[in-house]
Amino acid sequence: MFTARIARIAAAGAALAVTLALSACGSGNPLDQPSASGGGSGDTIVVGSQAYYSNEIIAEIYAQGLEKDGLKVERRFNIGQRDAYMGDVKSGKIGLFPEYTGNLLEFLQGKAASTSPADVYAELKKALPQGLVALDYAQAADQDTYTVTKALADKYGLETIADLSKVPGKVTIGGAPEFEKRPYGPAAAKTEYGVDLAFSATGPTTLDALRAGTVQVADIYSADPAFEKGDLVTLKDPKNMILSSNVVPIASQSVSGKVSKAVNAISAKLTTEELVKLNVESTVDKRQPADIATAWLKDKGLS
Amino acid sequence: MNLFSDAVRWLTDPEQWTGSYALPTLLGQHLLYTVLSVLIAAVIAVPAGWLIGHTGRGREVAVAISGAARAIPSFGLLILLVLLFGVLQVPAAALVTFVLLGIPSLLAGAYTGIEAIDRRVVDAARAMGMTPWQVFWKVEFRLGLPLLIGGLRAATLQVIATVTIAAYVNLGGLGWPIIQGIPLRRFDQVLAGAVLVAGLALIVDLLFALAQRAAVPAGVRAAGGGRQDAEPRGRRRPASRARLNTPVVSRQHSE
Repeated sequence: MFTARIARIAAAGAALAVTLALSACGSGNPLDQPSASGGGSGDTIVVGSQAYYSNEIIAEIYAQGLEKDGLKVERRFNIGQRDAYMGDVKSGKIGLFPEYTGNLLEFLQGKAASTSPADVYAELKKALPQGLVALDYAQAADQDTYTVTKALADKYGLETIADLSKVPGKVTIGGAPEFEKRPYGPAAAKTEYGVDLAFSATGPTTLDALRAGTVQVADIYSADPAFEKGDLVTLKDPKNMILSSNVVPIASQSVSGKVSKAVNAISAKLTTEELVKLNVESTVDKRQPADIATAWLKDKGLS
Repeated sequence: MNLFSDAVRWLTDPEQWTGSYALPTLLGQHLLYTVLSVLIAAVIAVPAGWLIGHTGRGREVAVAISGAARAIPSFGLLILLVLLFGVLQVPAAALVTFVLLGIPSLLAGAYTGIEAIDRRVVDAARAMGMTPWQVFWKVEFRLGLPLLIGGLRAATLQVIATVTIAAYVNLGGLGWPIIQGIPLRRFDQVLAGAVLVAGLALIVDLLFALAQRAAVPAGVRAAGGGRQDAEPRGRRRPASRARLNTPVVSRQHSE
């Protein structure tokens, strides 16, 4: 009576039942909150971060800073790109998030009208959707740059972007693919500074390409740990062509009052040099974000 | 529908047809990488497949490789090879990735083409006095050609679809509008790029389908063959003999 076929069907049915039971025991949507408001149940603040190691370190610093103030913190790090997490920040499921003024403004608005740090911050505050508050922005900036090697800068006396005209032959700038179309990309360098630049979409290989000499200029983000080495020079941008992008904590309206004191104190001490040092500790020294954050807070007298 | 019309507008914008990222340039780069990769993969996989089909040895290895290698995460492999080879060898890294992707289908096409041939046809060819090379080229190669072209078609389509990622490592190709459009959030650009790749794949697929049909030998087509399956044809009665039988039977019955 027990044919092989019946046994097979029974086994498949049992496997299906076990699978369904296990999935029901699972934790469900990891971004779900027990209560929908305030970015946490009761007084727990949910701190999120992008899938970017530097952003995670800043978020960890915020989290530990809040805990020192006696608040309960829940960490939701490495969520992903803005498309993935902006919905939850808007709805309040995430209470606090480190962001970057210029990049966030470009995301919300498509194009930014201003470029200097204070102007971009003001424009961002107007562009933020209901329910979100931008706390004080830090001096630390993680923005696009026109960077050359120190060797090239010394050879041709390069200090500002306009000086790139002094370099003979074809000058190519390497960067992420979208940099070509940005309002501070090579086309803008032509109109603002009269520099003719060819574009090479080096993407993740940008730094290597710059050091290997396949591109002469590169768009390296200003908090890149490579700046610690000392072989790179960022060209000055006197006309403020490049969009500033400073670290800014974005908070849900319901929790902004609670978190502002601790987080603003952190932002006051976070400069670009400090951010580069944090990134070096992560990528070169390979320390964990929690250790980096604890050490930094202690060093700045914030713990 | 709005996004589609935006994509069409992006495609017809004269800005896309000039400059270093003009659409004809991207198409040329895309085809160059596809043709090179498939050619190199063919040089590696097709003789190996013929050997496996002809001698019957190593079939399990070939099947395992064909199955598993198709599942290579090409994007991950491309990034890994670019990091390993260094920033000055990016085209080489990309070619290796695409060649590895094209080998399975070509290998499968080559050995199933040879395996599907009825052994009696090969015997008959030998009985007629053909040398081993003549048996191979005149019989085995010719009869296995449709399946080989089928494998070539599958490999080419897979490579066309994957060369889209070459744009991520600065090699151009029709993936460029997609790779650039996503961070810019220009989804008309992304859709236009996707439509271009899909369109190219469909056109190439059509051409290969015609080639596959044309590759079936005239004699095979007349005998009711030309089907792309691997069933041996030895057991079926030829049509002429069936016609001869009928008159004998009817004469017996009429008496």
